[in-house]
Amino acid sequence: MMTRSRLFLTAAAVVVVTALVSVAAQDRPAARDPRVGLKAGFRDAGQAIWHMELLSSLPKPDGFFDPSTPMGLALPPEPPPGASAAPTTPAPSAPAPAAPAVPTPAPAPNAPTPFSFMNSDLAFDGHRLFAGNFTGFNVYDIEESQRPRLLASIVCPGGQGDVSVYGHLLFMSVEETRGRLDCGTQGVSSPVSAERFRGVRIFDISNLSVPRQVAAVQTCRGSHTHTLVPVPGDTTAIYVYGSGTGGVRSGDELDGCSGKAPADDPNTALFSIDVIRVPLADPAAARIVSRPRIFADTTTGALNGLWNGGDHGAGTQTTSTTNQCHDITVYPALGLAAGACSGNGLLIDISDPVHPVRVDQVSDPNFAYWHSATFNNDGTKVVFTDEWGGGTRPRCRATDQPNWGADAIFTISGKRLTFAGYYKLPAAQTEQENCVAHNGSLIPVPGRDLMVQAWYQGGLSVFDFTDAAHPVEVAYFDRGPLDATRLLIGGYWSAYWFNGRIYASEIARGLDIFRLTPSPLLSQNEILAAAQARVDTFNPQQQQRITWPASATPVVGRAYLEQLARTRGISPQRAEAVRRGLDRTGGDRALATQLEQDAASAPSADATRLRALAALLRGA
Amino acid sequence: MSAALSGGACGVAASRSAAVPLVQPGAPGSAARTVSVAQATDLGAIRFTAADVAFMQGMLMHHAQAVEMTSLLRSRTARQEMRQLAARIDASQDDEMRMMREWLTRRGVPVEGSGDHAQHGGANGADLGNASMRMPGMLSPAQMQALAAARGAAFDQLFLTGMMAHHEGALQMVAELFATPGAGQESEIYAFASDVEADQRAEIARMRTLLQEMAR
Repeated sequence: MMTRSRLFLTAAAVVVVTALVSVAAQDRPAARDPRVGLKAGFRDAGQAIWHMELLSSLPKPDGFFDPSTPMGLALPPEPPPGASAAPTTPAPSAPAPAAPAVPTPAPAPNAPTPFSFMNSDLAFDGHRLFAGNFTGFNVYDIEESQRPRLLASIVCPGGQGDVSVYGHLLFMSVEETRGRLDCGTQGVSSPVSAERFRGVRIFDISNLSVPRQVAAVQTCRGSHTHTLVPVPGDTTAIYVYGSGTGGVRSGDELDGCSGKAPADDPNTALFSIDVIRVPLADPAAARIVSRPRIFADTTTGALNGLWNGGDHGAGTQTTSTTNQCHDITVYPALGLAAGACSGNGLLIDISDPVHPVRVDQVSDPNFAYWHSATFNNDGTKVVFTDEWGGGTRPRCRATDQPNWGADAIFTISGKRLTFAGYYKLPAAQTEQENCVAHNGSLIPVPGRDLMVQAWYQGGLSVFDFTDAAHPVEVAYFDRGPLDATRLLIGGYWSAYWFNGRIYASEIARGLDIFRLTPSPLLSQNEILAAAQARVDTFNPQQQQRITWPASATPVVGRAYLEQLARTRGISPQRAEAVRRGLDRTGGDRALATQLEQDAASAPSADATRLRALAALLRGA
Repeated sequence: MSAALSGGACGVAASRSAAVPLVQPGAPGSAARTVSVAQATDLGAIRFTAADVAFMQGMLMHHAQAVEMTSLLRSRTARQEMRQLAARIDASQDDEMRMMREWLTRRGVPVEGSGDHAQHGGANGADLGNASMRMPGMLSPAQMQALAAARGAAFDQLFLTGMMAHHEGALQMVAELFATPGAGQESEIYAFASDVEADQRAEIARMRTLLQEMAR
């Protein structure tokens, strides 16, 4: 396997990081973390908040939860840690062999359906927030953070309902067998049916009150998630990478679909992604243009060229087979994508979007399932997440391994990925809270790599990974479990920064909006500078290069100065001179030259800040 | 924090305003329509079917035999990687069995099925499955006895080939579920069956590799 030699390097790094994490943990003992022991509740759960403010909480609108069980249903409890893995009898209540057969009663027609109404991913366009749900999506006006306003509610079931927006088009992922072309809620009874829809829907939302479905691109495995791939310079089309993780449907229902192993069928729908081209002048003509074999062995051509499932040796995690991607995060300005693809993390060249080419791949003995990826702004790092337990299990307990179900941070150099460190939510959660690393986004603080991330019922956590080997938490919010004794599925699906606020999609409870508050770990100027890097749109898995406008120079400059003061990377005298220089019209070229000389002998993060300040002084 | 508390508290009563109707788009080319909350949340047609129940009951029994097989392993194999494999299978099957029991209990149906699926559960393998009770891929009593009697490399060989066939049977059960009218529609069972399929596929791939290594 191509990943083997790299694997050993990773394993060696694990030992080092584990030692460092345990040292860091001693700074804030778990027992004293305010997130531990929060009161359970649906609407009245205890809350812990640090360096943030919750501005508003909006429950799910009617139509987006089961009226009989608004907060969902219980899942079975976990076995106590360390308990023997499995009972040797099938069930405690199993009848003696001689027991009479019990007739199966007709299913109760009103049995609740907890998974069918989960909130999922978020997308943003201007003042509008699009919130996906397994049964459709909602649109909110977010101009006033304290009073978000519901604009539209669209019913169109099929899960997961992840959404993206591009101009007047909205894209939505559908994977379940209940999905219907006509957005009906009645499911599709027939195993093979022209009424079934699994794939990527495209809506025209020019008129939000009357959205029109303009295209429905059917795929073999459905669409668990999708990624919009705009091509720099191409205004005629946008591309979509569809990631299907479910079962392959019958070839009788959709021509050419085969779920066989690659050895039995070279045209299998496994081991590929779907590339869809959407002509902007005629989105109804959207269709699949390729199904690239990005997991193939580059030497033998075998389609299953990457991780084939199983563990990595004694004491290691069992890692899923790489026959799919869960998320593909594109950074079109760099021509790169990071694929979180079940058993591997991939770096992909997307300069030709129809024919993406894998340029590197990594494995990790602590990862169960490579789930999502986020680049830092300059494209020198990528944060991969591990969704150990699939998001429905409690995986943040004090007894869980700190490097399992965590983020793994890699550096990128010469299109090669190198492991640097792990980050996991530092506060232990209960058996009643589904918790593992999930979706997040960068917070564009100049001079730092900062990210906000959802951890399901573990809440959300803001962390700094400027030093990729030593990530540090800088803010958080957490609620107690939905229920004190049962595990109900809930918590944050995603938490994203958008133009100065953090928006978080709560599976069961609704939508929360936050702002960051200044602290010794993150200054007011750093928060203001991040808010100045405005973008028109934000879609999950689609990164654009963040820049700060010239009008933000004073606050950006102060942000750099405060970072340098924090690391003692600048003398007070030099800092004062820079402060004066930034205020002076025309800047200070001599001072800029001095800063560049200072940068030559500074550690890398500080050197970057000094050079950035020099550039500001030249341009001021 | 005060904003948070008031926001959370007031919001509970929020109901659908007439100004924001529930809109259901049509198929591509068709017009959208307005639906009521009752219509939007009526999943009566897809809640779950008798086939879903039979799948869960059958898979429980199927998984129980896998656990039964791994319980034989510790005293019969000489290979550490076989012990690791068994621990993995135990862990994944146990987790899924827990989910299945809960799924059935929550819906008020027995954990054990009727007719074909009843009476399974012998802890020692002796009464595992007469022909009418066996789910696809399950070992026959004679095969279980042969496995229990084997030792060392012979055991490993029998275990791997048997477990691979056993897991292939689970894949067949998932395929049959989705091939049954009305089945596998509800979100939770869709997700569960998809997970079972992925897990079994991964374990089959792992076992195939182990078999190839043993053949060398």
